[in-house]
Amino acid sequence: MKYIDEFRDGRVAQILAGKIASAVEPGRSYSFMEFCGGHTHAISRYGLSDLLPQTVRMVHGPGCPVCVLPIGRVDMAIDLALKQGVILCTYGDTLRVPASDGLSLMKAKAGVGNRCGDIRMVYSTLDALKIARDNPQREVVFFAIGFETTTPPTALAIQQAHWEQLANFSVLCCHVLTPAAISNILESPEVRQWGTVPIDGFIGPAHVSTVIGSRPYEFFAEEYRKPVVIAGFEPLDVMQAILMLVRQVNEGRAEVENEFSRAVSREGNLKAQDRVAEVFELRREFEWRGLSVVPYSALKIREKYAAFDAERRFKLDYRSVPDNKACECGAILRGVRRPQDCKIFGTVCTPENPVGSCMVSSEGACAAHYSYGRYKDMN
Amino acid sequence: MGEVKRGYIRPLDLKRGRVDLTHGSGGRAMVQLIAELFARHLGNEYLGQGNDGAVLPVPMIEGKPGRLVMSTDCHVVSPLFFPGGDIGCLSVHGTVNDVAVMGATPLYLAAGFILEEGFPLNDLARIVESMANAAREAGVPVVTGDTKVVERGKGDGVFVTTTGVGVLPEDLQLGGSRARPGDVVMVSGSMGDHGVAIMSQRENLSFDAPIESDTAALHGLVAAMLATRTDIRCLRDPTRGGLAATLNEIAGQSGVGMMLHEKAIPVKPVVAAACELLGLDPLCVANEGKLIAICAGADAERLLAAMRAHPLARDAAVIGEVTADDHHFVQLTTAFGGRRIVDWLAGDQLPRIC
Repeated sequence: MKYIDEFRDGRVAQILAGKIASAVEPGRSYSFMEFCGGHTHAISRYGLSDLLPQTVRMVHGPGCPVCVLPIGRVDMAIDLALKQGVILCTYGDTLRVPASDGLSLMKAKAGVGNRCGDIRMVYSTLDALKIARDNPQREVVFFAIGFETTTPPTALAIQQAHWEQLANFSVLCCHVLTPAAISNILESPEVRQWGTVPIDGFIGPAHVSTVIGSRPYEFFAEEYRKPVVIAGFEPLDVMQAILMLVRQVNEGRAEVENEFSRAVSREGNLKAQDRVAEVFELRREFEWRGLSVVPYSALKIREKYAAFDAERRFKLDYRSVPDNKACECGAILRGVRRPQDCKIFGTVCTPENPVGSCMVSSEGACAAHYSYGRYKDMN
Repeated sequence: MGEVKRGYIRPLDLKRGRVDLTHGSGGRAMVQLIAELFARHLGNEYLGQGNDGAVLPVPMIEGKPGRLVMSTDCHVVSPLFFPGGDIGCLSVHGTVNDVAVMGATPLYLAAGFILEEGFPLNDLARIVESMANAAREAGVPVVTGDTKVVERGKGDGVFVTTTGVGVLPEDLQLGGSRARPGDVVMVSGSMGDHGVAIMSQRENLSFDAPIESDTAALHGLVAAMLATRTDIRCLRDPTRGGLAATLNEIAGQSGVGMMLHEKAIPVKPVVAAACELLGLDPLCVANEGKLIAICAGADAERLLAAMRAHPLARDAAVIGEVTADDHHFVQLTTAFGGRRIVDWLAGDQLPRIC
């Protein structure tokens, strides 16, 4: 495990913890949002908050791909599987996201009434293409979710299907964009007007930034005067990023700094960006769970590749479905509430029976707190 | 089981033949399959009785009659053959271990096979042979069995169910409800080997050092541990759900908490690396040749020494303590210096692992 253990070294963590403790200014409190679910997971998994001073608070952001997927989108996928009889392929965690009528893709796969969906978990878009090739008489739909990290493989699959003239393959595109979500949070009244969610800076995404680069965050630093430190997903990365953020706040700087320079450049992965631009264009608006309808925050398939767009092929209409009333996922995704503030956290809503999407993936704020940190609520 | 006269029927074509529906229909083909394959490899005086059930002696323990322990386990692993083992030996080890961790001496096994039409006889022979070898090595004979065939598409090659019977001394009490604050938690070796071996086979991952399943029969190790006469509260084999599931189970049964130490938990570097790649937590991954022991704190050193003297537990380690905790949390001090819960696995990361 060379190249990983170095980033999990407990002794270095103690040194960094010491540096953070001496860097924080007395009487000042610091609130940083880690945008990505990968960071949320690392913070909980390694017990990072135990190493931070009381005055440094981490606010969990909306960067967990399955968490922001609205019920209406999962309903579309379930309908495709149950009513249209397609083979629906998707990534693992998506199977458990709660949808309407107490359903999820997992439950649709097991069967509803006298129907059961042919729903398959894949690790890669290439697996979905292979399923389409192996089943020429069936319609195969890839339910594509995620931020900029998972978008290039989807673009590649669509191009591949285009070259192969794989007529039975299509994509239900639900890819979303990180910068749009960060803007939405910064523009929200809680942050901008009321100040109920204090955000002094952001830990910027790791894998997303390998694709889009560090440049898109410069706007947030300049326009909103918020420091951004892009960090890797290992626990020492996160500690180092927190130290860098504390220093920026102390010095009154608001810059984009790159802790994850071993993988992220200012420009990002230009080849991947080209592929994405070739296949996708901006949607005028897209509903996010938690953030509601966010303008220009998601991608749709361009006209040139319309033949591979499941929304067009199956004439799907999006129907917005409100979340469960008791569920606080929306507020949690905006950093307004913490998982343990939700009335149904850990009682009605657990990883086994998630009511809200934040309880589904281990990157979700609720699942991470439930699985790793709920002992803190008991003391 | 009947005899089939030589010359009347061609022998089973173990090279190219396949299971067909007649092999389960109660006719000559079934008798032939049993005689040429199952009885040939697994045969012993009890199986050879040829009745609907086996009549078995119950041995005395130190001159006293013991109590019977019975356990059953279904095996549906995919792939059927994996590095370090196959469904045949796994189905013996799995059940022998379930009986052994009760503190009992495993005596007999029963085996039920559900075969899918079209399954290659050659593969079936390999599985039965492996099962026979495992049973022989363990000294636990398969004394009765059953075979059914289902139509193509209604099974997945082979499913094997084994049931084990063992004998337990009158005065020995092991159980998940006996853990007390102050007890120590031990494991007999590295965690996660079996699950990762299966998963890397499934995902076609190859490593410089191949990851092999740890599948093994643990009753010899258990006997060596019991011989120390230390105050063992509970033994358990952490199969599906791994260490995390097993310890949460015990914590719940005993109404206690646990505090583990990440640095003390043995995980092979290659298993840790594979888990990293596959997004798994080695503490939630299945083992098939490891056990967890909970024993009184004062006896820990003596028990650990006895374990390490056994070839199947050279890497045995004390990994934590039992604590008083009304919430029954299993917690862990991370190597990083923080603290977290070790929870049950949510969902199903690794389908069909054993």
